[in-house]
Amino acid sequence: MTGKTIHALGEAYRRGDTTPTAVTEAYLARIEQLDGQVGAYLTVTREPALRAAAAAEARHRARAPLGPLDGVPIALKDVLCTKGVRTTCGSKILERFVPPYDATVVARLAAAGAVVLGKTNMDEFAMGSSTEHSAFKPTRNPWDLARVPGGSSGGSAVAVAADLAAGALGSDTGGSIRQPAAFCGTVGLKPTYGRVSRYGLVAFASSLDQIGPLAQDVRDAALLLQAIAGHDPRDATSVAAPVPDYAAALDGTVRGLRAGIPREYFAEGVDPEIARAVRAAIETLRGLGVTTEEISLPTTGYALAAYYLIAPAEASSNLARYDGVKYGLRVPGAKDLIEMSSRTRAAGFGAEVKRRVMLGTYALSAGYHEAYYGRAQKVRTLVRRDFERAFARVDLILAPTTPNVAFKHGEKEDPLAMYLNDALTIPVNLAGLPGLSVRCGFTAAGLPIGLQLIGKPFDEATLLRVADVYERATPWRARKPALS
Amino acid sequence: MSTRPKTVYDVVIGLEVHAQLLTRSKMFCGCPTAFGAAPNSQTCPVCQGMPGVLPVVNRRAIEFGIKTALAFNCRINPACRFARKHYYYPDMPKNFQISQYEEPLAEDGALEIDVDGASRTIGIQRLHLEEDVGKLLHEGTLETAQASLVDYNRSGVPLMETVSRPDLRSPEEAAAYLRAFRAVLVYLGVCDGNMEEGSLRCDANVSLRPRGATELGTKVEIKNMNSFRNVKLALEFEVKRQTQALEAGERIVQETRLWDADKGYTRAMRSKEYAHDYRYFPEPDLVPLEIERAWVDAIRAALPELPRQRRQRFVSQYGLPPYDAGLLTQSRALAEYYEAAVREFPQPKIVSNWIMSELLRELPGDDERAIERAPVPPANLAGLLALIADGTISGKIAKDVFQKMVGSGEDARTIVAREGLTQVADEGALAAVIDQVLAQNPKAVEDYKGGKTAAKGALVGQVMKATRGKANPAIVNRLLEEKLSKI
Repeated sequence: MTGKTIHALGEAYRRGDTTPTAVTEAYLARIEQLDGQVGAYLTVTREPALRAAAAAEARHRARAPLGPLDGVPIALKDVLCTKGVRTTCGSKILERFVPPYDATVVARLAAAGAVVLGKTNMDEFAMGSSTEHSAFKPTRNPWDLARVPGGSSGGSAVAVAADLAAGALGSDTGGSIRQPAAFCGTVGLKPTYGRVSRYGLVAFASSLDQIGPLAQDVRDAALLLQAIAGHDPRDATSVAAPVPDYAAALDGTVRGLRAGIPREYFAEGVDPEIARAVRAAIETLRGLGVTTEEISLPTTGYALAAYYLIAPAEASSNLARYDGVKYGLRVPGAKDLIEMSSRTRAAGFGAEVKRRVMLGTYALSAGYHEAYYGRAQKVRTLVRRDFERAFARVDLILAPTTPNVAFKHGEKEDPLAMYLNDALTIPVNLAGLPGLSVRCGFTAAGLPIGLQLIGKPFDEATLLRVADVYERATPWRARKPALS
Repeated sequence: MSTRPKTVYDVVIGLEVHAQLLTRSKMFCGCPTAFGAAPNSQTCPVCQGMPGVLPVVNRRAIEFGIKTALAFNCRINPACRFARKHYYYPDMPKNFQISQYEEPLAEDGALEIDVDGASRTIGIQRLHLEEDVGKLLHEGTLETAQASLVDYNRSGVPLMETVSRPDLRSPEEAAAYLRAFRAVLVYLGVCDGNMEEGSLRCDANVSLRPRGATELGTKVEIKNMNSFRNVKLALEFEVKRQTQALEAGERIVQETRLWDADKGYTRAMRSKEYAHDYRYFPEPDLVPLEIERAWVDAIRAALPELPRQRRQRFVSQYGLPPYDAGLLTQSRALAEYYEAAVREFPQPKIVSNWIMSELLRELPGDDERAIERAPVPPANLAGLLALIADGTISGKIAKDVFQKMVGSGEDARTIVAREGLTQVADEGALAAVIDQVLAQNPKAVEDYKGGKTAAKGALVGQVMKATRGKANPAIVNRLLEEKLSKI
């Protein structure tokens, strides 16, 4: 009963083949049985899930479902605030934090009838590319348990890849949805900055963060995006632009679309197996009527450096609130306030978070502010202009999602080696563009490879349409990780 | 050996004023701003700085900022931006304050002040908006308390910071600036101007330089002056302290000092108590704010008459001395009280005298709240003055009646009628009293006849005493003179 796509589940509910309660129970049982191996979940919300399923079931029985997500079991990255359900961000400092409110996306999913199975593991405060930096446990890649699932939304990617949820939400600051999607072979979509409300998303880097779906296929991603997209008066950076019907956009017409192939994304450092698979995918799309041309995004090489100043700078500010005064961890026994905060932060934050807070604090400090933060913002503008120039000629950009496939646990101890993992996803965040990763093959060792589609601002529909056509034209979707 | 001539120093002061805006809701969330509610009852995840929350700008606060900026003739920037100002303090839930830094709402304005009859223009460098912080409650000081509690009701209340240029030349001028500044805010209805409750707060930068020098001396920032009186006292102390230091050949240290009102001195803050590096950067959760021209024009068109204009009008329209006009226009409520009373009793100077000498003595202040709660409304004051004018009561009795009006809230006529305070103007009755007084005071009569005309005053006093102040003084004087001339 698990493993059906969201749209197939909707169909099954409609026909009465199964019910939300039966499906929810099946997922809860599978989580109980298998999650010990992969560690996708930090919290499983069994009772509320069953209650939500029962309510959905009643609506289905009355032939009045709320929509395509009604009764669909999904997972939420533990960076999204859930009223009454602890939200840890993968951090000791928020281990016992229970938000008094729901994130806007959580409220919207609830309004659509979705059943939340639980909260998924992540790199602490979304800082990382392997989900090894969770304060609680590592998450394992279902295609090879010795390997990482990517990150920071590793728990959500694994929940979807291992059929521990029908779909999931993650967040993407520098690739944290697309990279684990590529590593786990799911679809992952980072929407345009401003497309989805960030209210209730625990902030890492506010100008880069965006919430998006991880899904079994492209159509599911469209359905999930539909439910969460749109202006929110609680988020001043969310945009009032109308939300198109994403499922209706999956009409199979790609003929005549122009795709740019950025040469910088195939440069040295990209695994040849990945380059081959992505080139083959491009050929497939050409065969389906997409025209392609090589383009250049010359500032690509500077994006990573700029990102690792801007994101930590914002993080150092966003994480200042965790001081032991109001919520979360407080280390007892301090003799004054400063000591209380220092000891709480020292005990509550992991090494990677501390590294970035220090980096960001330094980048914003008097005397260095202009040289680091200021310069990085200028680079960011140049990166954005690169894309603007490209999108004057093409409708979308095709590239690898990652330079390498899933690596082994403990393989990238050097932070810089870890950071390089995001070299091909980070420019999209800096430019605020939508990016989608879809499975485009496997390595000889059987690990999934991701094709990245990058779109114009607010043109998620084109990305979904092209990815959907590609997905249906290729055999990759059929394969599932063997987990028992 | 001749002593070196003493260096004369010029005082240079600039003021930073923080005003809490009278918006119904907070700067970045919908919580109410009312003062005095139960701790943490006016909070939400946003103003508590919960993980995941985002700020949304209160348009009304921006409007109040624009209004104030226009009143000070500032240039309104077509776009402004919020920035994060970082420092750790538990009253600030996010450990950063959303403020404005490089791109403030408005810049380059001025405020005219009057000191000793002369008028001076004080430059206003910038005006920007930000959020207030919460309040810490602890026994004793932060260092010695066993525990501290935080009340976030104030967290997120809109604050408007206005920075003057270092154009003020004395503590008196600084106080005058603050009064004029407050008057404008109260007139505009953007701030209640209450310094004791902290809705208006003032920090000062003070430096000295040898007379004639153009370069500014090292400045010292003074904080914690929570009344007009304390601003003046603190600045006087600081000027004296710096003068003595310079005269002793010491160097002034750039620092922040706290005014201790109880002890009457400023003391240096520990360096831990203030941050050196705020690490400002543009607030990524808010988009840059574009201020449409049409909006500014509409706000400008709706600006009320400001204190200075009103004062000038009081001089020209009512013929009041500038002193009276200045005092009566310090708060909009008082000015409106005055004008309402004058409409009912059109003798402007008399009304002014009564307000300045009697009414204000009875009120806790001259702000909106004090005037609104005044036990003697303008119509009642006018009614009292009319009773004096038509001779029903004497000026002296009127002061007693006024006291009773303050106590009971009744109008003058009711009190006068009930207590039989009507002036005795019956000449026959008064003549009898005078005869009695003359008979009982032969010495005074003798003195008067002997040329001591002052003795008449004592006799008038006796008559007034015998009539318990109700005798019409003019009639008493006339009758007494007639009778004395016949003796």
